[in-house]
Amino acid sequence: MKSAVIVFPGSNCDRDMAVALEKITGTKPLMVWHQEYDFDKVDFIALPGGFSYGDYLRCGAMSARSHIMKEVIKRAEAGVPTFGVCNGFQILTETGLLPGALMRNANLHFVCKDVKMTVENTDSMFTSTYAAGEEITIPVAHHDGNYFADSDTLDRLEGEGQVAFKYAEDINGAQRRIAGILNGKGNVLGMMPHPERMIEPALGGSDGRKLFESVMNRLG
Amino acid sequence: MKTGNEIQITPELVKEHGLTEEEYQRIVGAMGREPNYTELGIYSVMWSEHCSYKSSRFHLKKLPTKAPWVIQGPGENAGVIDIGDGQAAIFKMESHNHPSYIEPYQGAATGVGGILRDVFTMGARPVANMNALRFGEPDHPKTRHLLAGVVEGIGGYGNCVGVPTVGGETNFDPSYNGNILVNAMTVGLADADKIFYCAAAGVGNPVVYVGSKTGRDGIHGATMASAEFTEDSEEKRPTVQVGDPFTEKLLIEACLELMATDAIIAIQDMGAAGLTSSSVEMASKGGVGFELDLDMVPQREANMLPYEMMLSESQERMLMVLKPGREDMAKAIFEKWELDFAIIGHITDTGNLTLKFGGEVVGDMPINSLVEDAPEYERPYVPTPKREKADVAAVNDLNKAVLDLVGGPNLCSRRWIWEQYDHMVMGDTIQRPGGDAAVVRVHGTEKALAISTDVTPRYCFADPVEGGRQAVAETWRNITAVGATPLAITNCLNFGNPERKDIMGQFVGCLEGMGEACRALDYPIVSGNVSLYNETNGSGIMPTPAIGGVGVMKDSAKMATVAFKGAGQTVVLIGETKDELGASLYQKQILGEDAGAPPHVDLDLERRNGDFVRALIENGQVSTCHDLSDGGLIAALSDMAISGKVGVSVSVGDDLPLHVALFSETQARYLVATDAATAEEIRKEAKDAGIPVVVLGETGGDRVVVNGGGVDIALADLATAHEGWMPNFMAKEPLSA
Repeated sequence: MKSAVIVFPGSNCDRDMAVALEKITGTKPLMVWHQEYDFDKVDFIALPGGFSYGDYLRCGAMSARSHIMKEVIKRAEAGVPTFGVCNGFQILTETGLLPGALMRNANLHFVCKDVKMTVENTDSMFTSTYAAGEEITIPVAHHDGNYFADSDTLDRLEGEGQVAFKYAEDINGAQRRIAGILNGKGNVLGMMPHPERMIEPALGGSDGRKLFESVMNRLG
Repeated sequence: MKTGNEIQITPELVKEHGLTEEEYQRIVGAMGREPNYTELGIYSVMWSEHCSYKSSRFHLKKLPTKAPWVIQGPGENAGVIDIGDGQAAIFKMESHNHPSYIEPYQGAATGVGGILRDVFTMGARPVANMNALRFGEPDHPKTRHLLAGVVEGIGGYGNCVGVPTVGGETNFDPSYNGNILVNAMTVGLADADKIFYCAAAGVGNPVVYVGSKTGRDGIHGATMASAEFTEDSEEKRPTVQVGDPFTEKLLIEACLELMATDAIIAIQDMGAAGLTSSSVEMASKGGVGFELDLDMVPQREANMLPYEMMLSESQERMLMVLKPGREDMAKAIFEKWELDFAIIGHITDTGNLTLKFGGEVVGDMPINSLVEDAPEYERPYVPTPKREKADVAAVNDLNKAVLDLVGGPNLCSRRWIWEQYDHMVMGDTIQRPGGDAAVVRVHGTEKALAISTDVTPRYCFADPVEGGRQAVAETWRNITAVGATPLAITNCLNFGNPERKDIMGQFVGCLEGMGEACRALDYPIVSGNVSLYNETNGSGIMPTPAIGGVGVMKDSAKMATVAFKGAGQTVVLIGETKDELGASLYQKQILGEDAGAPPHVDLDLERRNGDFVRALIENGQVSTCHDLSDGGLIAALSDMAISGKVGVSVSVGDDLPLHVALFSETQARYLVATDAATAEEIRKEAKDAGIPVVVLGETGGDRVVVNGGGVDIALADLATAHEGWMPNFMAKEPLSA
């Protein structure tokens, strides 16, 4: 599986994502700088965590309007699996590829800790190797992870299986404890927790691996 | 055109610059004429306590700084040690006390930014941030506001640049009510043969400015840090710099990218006293002159005077000397990262710092005089009187005392703090905050660095020599307790006004103790920072020489942690417990007293016990270990049970009164836990080696029990108290904003 990691000024989990992808898929990902207009054909696109453009203006707002995102949007719409973690999730909502927005955490503090989540949808290309309702532990590290959408959108997300992960308990004020969502076609996933940080016991666990393995299985 | 030099130099102006009349005359002597306004400003910051170490230099020279693994000791931006396999660890700790008191968020944030720059300036990728924080008493009206702001600032900066904040220490004491301490440490990694230094060379070579633009922020920050606080200090808020961690992140990446080429001759960050200290430092180290054209300095504000540009402490800026002909390539890298890049001058053979502005020379000073002619004071001091051993009373309710300590401000969990720091980014944090030392893997290897920051100001106050020894020994012990070999330290020496003989006595005493410990433990000092004048309205802080230790472990899979690993483990105490409750946390917090001699640090014993424990971890005999420090044996035992989520029952015998056995802070002690057979093996090995050893008991159940009920507390209650104190404290209504 050939993947690309998009790097914005201020991305800081790009290396973590690249390490995880290489460890799990066996192939070094392509690192793509935000000023590019195009990049090689890949099977999987990752938008890493960090503070792109310093989170100034609004988290993800400026990155969503960068050159490279025009290309990413085109490919995501054409069905290429596209995965945003933390700041990557914020960018995906800013582009409109995913609905809703990530607001400041309800308690106004940055939060970095392991959180328990349930896998809500095990049919998607990102979650198929998890068991239905499986409780997994993945760390979060964010200041703006409080997912918000209007109630119609939330009902639709839940009704159509677009909620991929929910926090087992409230950690940031997110509506319906939503931790990660899919687009309608199921090829775009955005989530606040960092599965790339949970890929070996030395880091506290391996619950993040199955996410990448699911995509590999699907792509064959 | 106004240059600022129209301003007349008067005795009042000299005084406002923090210079004594005698120091001013020294300047006139060094220059052979009266300085102009720009030059006066430059001398005042270069000769400030903060930049010149004029009160401390004489004593700092006595500290041990060498070992076969030391690549670079004090005198550069940071210390460098060899960690094997062609790799080096680069680290330093620095204070940002005064700015953090005035404006906690920006003060702490720029403290982190500054120390990061000191480390990546030398070619290292920063891999871990640590800190040592001291606040006033919890009930002081400002404490919560300051704590919240400092934590937010450290997190705001470190989280954004993407360097994990992996640990530190936080304590409360009334002596910090008007003068908090914010000490930040950064550790970085580099190839041992790719270290960058600041000595400029090559007449005619370009002097290049990169990073953020220069504004009027932070002018005279170094002077502020060299004076006592008074009530109107808050009016100095505008001298606190504002940090931009996003720019810092770009600066790290751009500098490391340029460092991968061979374009850089010398590089230096612009820290305290900004463009002045960086250019003077580089020229002085290289024995050359600098000519700077200030019109070329990227400026954020209009009509800045030379004085302002030279003294600005705007953040996220670096100065470099490049090889001729590499300017365009370097410029392209900085443009890619959207950072300013400007050639602002060149190297000369005059030995002077020459400043041009609007085509006119506005300052011309011999570099030597700025550095070497700075005054050095051997300030008079009186040694702190020795205290006698104290008899420290028992309390009736030991259970309550344990709960009060473990669930009190000084020993409670700091989770509320470190959960606001991204402590996992970079994917190599294998021991998170809350243990004895933070452990960060050397990326792509099985090796790891162990890092710990420590000092016990109570001991330093009671007996500076003993306290100095203990601060060094405790970092050594904490690094040992995770299974790493301690290699070297950095320090941040926070003291009161050195012009007071008793304070100077504390300083001299602490340094003496530190030096002894470093020598005995083969644990040299490779970098550091001195912060004096930590006083408000004449009331000084407790002497606080914060030590940051770094060690290395070859096989990180063997790392030990404090958590008990389930029931049925045998708990063993390495080291002997003596009646040493003087200046203990028990005495101070439970009895409300501070008397008697602090525990003695026997450095020979420290080394033997520590080496023994480290071998147990390296051999795989033990993966649970905790050093004993504040709060004594019961505090360590509680930590291990709480983190392991399992109870424990031990017997400490009756040789000592129970409160002494529980709370004594005798040094050189560790608790380890392992299976019964291995514990017996360890007992025998210790006996053979002449190491004091006691098998204390076994893990299991859901209570912490000592001597069959002398202490008997439900683990759940202990855990609630331990985890609850800080969130409850911080949730209270703010008393002041």
